Amino acid sequence: MIRRDRGVATLLYFLVAGFATVVMLFPLYSMVMTSILTQPQLYRLPPYLLPPQLDLSAYVVAFSDQLRPIVTSAIIGALTVVFSLTIAIPAAYGLAQFKLWITGVVMLALLITQMIPSIMLATPLYLMFNRAGLTDTYFGLVVATSTSGIPFAVVLLRAFLEKVPKELREAALIDGASEFAVLWRIIIPISRPAIITAGLSIFLFSWADFVYALTLTPTGKIVPLTIGIYKYIGTYSVQWNLIMAASVLASIPAALLLILAQRYVTAGLTVGAVKG
Amino acid sequence: MSRSAGLSPRSLDARSATPLRASSFRWRREWTPYLFIAPLIVYLPAVFAYPLFYNALISFQNFTIRSVVTGTADFVGLDNFRAVLSNPVSWLALRNTAIFAASSLFFQYVIGLALALLFTRAFPLKGFMRGIMLLPWLLPSVATVTVWLWLFDGTNGLINYFLMQLHVIAMPVSWLNSPSSALAAVIMVNVWVGIPFNLVILYSGIQAIPKELYEAAEIDGARAFQRFRFVTLPLLKPVNAVLLLLGLIYTLKQFDIIYILTKGGPGNATQVLSTWSYGLSFRDMRFGQGAAVGNIMLLISLTAAIWYAFFTRREPGQ
Repeated sequence: MIRRDRGVATLLYFLVAGFATVVMLFPLYSMVMTSILTQPQLYRLPPYLLPPQLDLSAYVVAFSDQLRPIVTSAIIGALTVVFSLTIAIPAAYGLAQFKLWITGVVMLALLITQMIPSIMLATPLYLMFNRAGLTDTYFGLVVATSTSGIPFAVVLLRAFLEKVPKELREAALIDGASEFAVLWRIIIPISRPAIITAGLSIFLFSWADFVYALTLTPTGKIVPLTIGIYKYIGTYSVQWNLIMAASVLASIPAALLLILAQRYVTAGLTVGAVKG
Repeated sequence: MSRSAGLSPRSLDARSATPLRASSFRWRREWTPYLFIAPLIVYLPAVFAYPLFYNALISFQNFTIRSVVTGTADFVGLDNFRAVLSNPVSWLALRNTAIFAASSLFFQYVIGLALALLFTRAFPLKGFMRGIMLLPWLLPSVATVTVWLWLFDGTNGLINYFLMQLHVIAMPVSWLNSPSSALAAVIMVNVWVGIPFNLVILYSGIQAIPKELYEAAEIDGARAFQRFRFVTLPLLKPVNAVLLLLGLIYTLKQFDIIYILTKGGPGNATQVLSTWSYGLSFRDMRFGQGAAVGNIMLLISLTAAIWYAFFTRREPGQ
């Protein structure tokens, strides 16, 4: 009797959770479904709930339209990862493994930076970059999008590196290693999972950035993917299948990341990340 | 670990051959850690402190489109703040921000908590469902918010279709174009984006509660609701505080959703501080006033953070 009750309860939980998942993911389903409709099918009433066919022509158009923005965003993302990790890894190591008077101040500063609305930072960055000729440049966008990646990466990597025993460094020093060799040959290899989490998160922050892409590319010489899609909404206000196909393309990196590394993603989320 | 991790003893030997050996060693020992953090110490002021200072500076200047070119602007004291505070749109934006933040936080939390409690039970595909539910939070906001633009569409949007099928509404509603429904619509999208985050944090918070407490409560005869009310809820208090603060900061920062869905319209009905600051700076080219609104936003965030720090310090057992 008890066992049957438990079975009923399990089924009930499954159904409720399944329903919640369907509701939460419905907009994403709708994104994919709309992307494989043809132009006239978009305006059929009643609207389609299941795709009548698998038509990938919107993807062909969206991909060729957005190829340059995709490449642009990929380059900016990759450069942001390199730039951010070059600063964040040594900093996290220094803050985790040494007793420095400045540690408390730096950690507090990092915490505060995560509270600064990016739209608020965008105004002074635009004015400064404009004077320095850095608007519409890869460098400008890399620096700007690193503002969400670097504080996050330092906090995440420091939390990881604090668990690395201090004796490891001391032993290597006694063996004659230099401080930088300890970092390069020992610390970086053993913290690979944390570095991968940090790097992927930085890439996604940069890839998804809308605020800096909107404000720091005034002439449109460089078009990141988020702006490419945003412009689509204006110019092709009726071609929803193209817009949705482009949105699906933009979503692929994050979706892949979730499938390949859900554990790391969840760990990264709970470290106290504030996105945006 | 291989022996090659033993690194470059030769370079060390070469350097230690100098007579300054002891002092140079001590110098290196004391300063190397600072070399590691030096890039960050340069980066933080350059990319955060200076722009914030600059933002504060121009909020006291008549910074216009001409100043963008010349880089100079007249000092006007508190004129920008006066202009901003005497503009009724600012107060509307503040009111909308408060409504947007309060309702987003409330619904994200309640739904996130309900889902977190559900996911502590055992059922098939639980890990998979919890995983894919993160997607709304993880995907680029431009991609996800654009879908909502289509779902909210007056004639072809699925939201109207479903609501009419369910006889909730008799006529199609143009959700984003009518001042009475636009704010609710952007709140709904923000709640949707925020639920996964609340779910993850609350779920790990519940997992961290010792199982013995539930067993003890059960022995004492506590029913399911009482166990929730007297064990789960009180022990989630620190998690709630973090969620509230992060949620508030995140909601104040939120720009993408509103800008993409409504640009703050129709008629400022969804204007919040972030879109208002952007509009003043980049649409009206009144950078001084945009900066003033930005400073007000930061002040609110910092006040919340200080209040949070104070609150958690006074709580024992943290």
